[in-house]
Amino acid sequence: MPTPPAAPAPARTGLPRRDRHDGRYGRIAIALHWLLALMILSSLCVGVAMVGLPFSPARVRLFNWHKWAGIAILALSALRLLWRLAHRPPPLPEAVLRAMPGWQRAAHQGTIALMYALFFAVPLLGWAYSSASGFPVVWFGVLPLPDLVAPDHALAESLLKPLHATLAFSLATLAALHVAAALKHHFIDHDPLLARMWPRGRGDRPGDPPP
Amino acid sequence: MNTPGLSARRAALPALPAMALLWLLALALLWLLALAPPPAHAAPPEPPAAKLVAEKSQIGFVTRQMGVPVEGSFRRFEATLKLDPRRPEGGSVALSIDTGSASLGLPMADAELPKPTWFDVAHHPRASFESTAIRALGGDRYAVNGRLTLKGITRELVVPVSIAPAEAGRSVATGSLVLHRLDFRVGDNEWTDTSMVGNEVTVNFRLILAAPGTP
Repeated sequence: MPTPPAAPAPARTGLPRRDRHDGRYGRIAIALHWLLALMILSSLCVGVAMVGLPFSPARVRLFNWHKWAGIAILALSALRLLWRLAHRPPPLPEAVLRAMPGWQRAAHQGTIALMYALFFAVPLLGWAYSSASGFPVVWFGVLPLPDLVAPDHALAESLLKPLHATLAFSLATLAALHVAAALKHHFIDHDPLLARMWPRGRGDRPGDPPP
Repeated sequence: MNTPGLSARRAALPALPAMALLWLLALALLWLLALAPPPAHAAPPEPPAAKLVAEKSQIGFVTRQMGVPVEGSFRRFEATLKLDPRRPEGGSVALSIDTGSASLGLPMADAELPKPTWFDVAHHPRASFESTAIRALGGDRYAVNGRLTLKGITRELVVPVSIAPAEAGRSVATGSLVLHRLDFRVGDNEWTDTSMVGNEVTVNFRLILAAPGTP
């Protein structure tokens, strides 16, 4: 998207607007990050809670909410990935990069790549598990989705269910690592890494003078 | 009509009592005739007894859980058929279903179905359907009126059935009808919420009938 001529955007670089940055993620990227963080954490909690319930309306309700949320996470993750490909995330600040040993840079890139893979793998496996169990997913109770695999109870129980759960816990572990790293940068290294993803609202709008 | 001398003597008897006696005799004779079983050739032919090939037949149902179609089936049932599948009108069908054989193919749900909330198998081990009339609707379609008893509750209903010839001289009767589970208190207490499990249950059946005289 070309720069609108009248926009009072800072002319710090000659890059197109979507690749220009003030060291922060864009508004849409930040919104998707926090929305998905909330949805994934909620789905994990619902998933852990529901499997222990006895056969009851509450169980059926939670299973369906979990599936609806999972499909929403899948769709929003696809949107987020497309957005990320079209809007390059800001590079790490020079000072932060210099302070990071090689293994930390690799861990940083690896964690994000793995998390993105799991944003897709976990909901897809859950969907496949539901299909294989003979329960098609009907999104929000109104939109029937196609079965990913044919009903097959053996496949559902012996492969898809444990794989869905294992990868979901892997995602939770990576997310915990991601949060721990962000907190370490913020509270121990005192660098501005967390601010890149923190919602705006403290006078740090684009065009504001850098602090 | 015999000798004129005899009839002359009989004519001397009082006429009225003789007439009365004759009438009584005639009435008694008519009475006996009416009570006697009718001759065999006048009875409507007894409908031949077809057989249900249960192991090849299916009775399934579809419910909706929060919009999700969930299929189940009854694995054990039997039928007494007094009809010729090739000419079912005037025949009769009595179907008996083992409610304990209901399955959703999911061990956790299957453990619940026999409980009082659902089929209450301990008190109502069988559901039954007994036809009261079978009418031809044209083509291979028939309307079977009957009474369905499920969980001790009986309802009249009409079941549409199509009967087509199948291999080995058999016939296949297929049909589908919609029942309301709450009419029969199936899914009681906390499960009466129809936004969770819909009230409408579609029953699909495919019954293989062996015509009389075929294996």
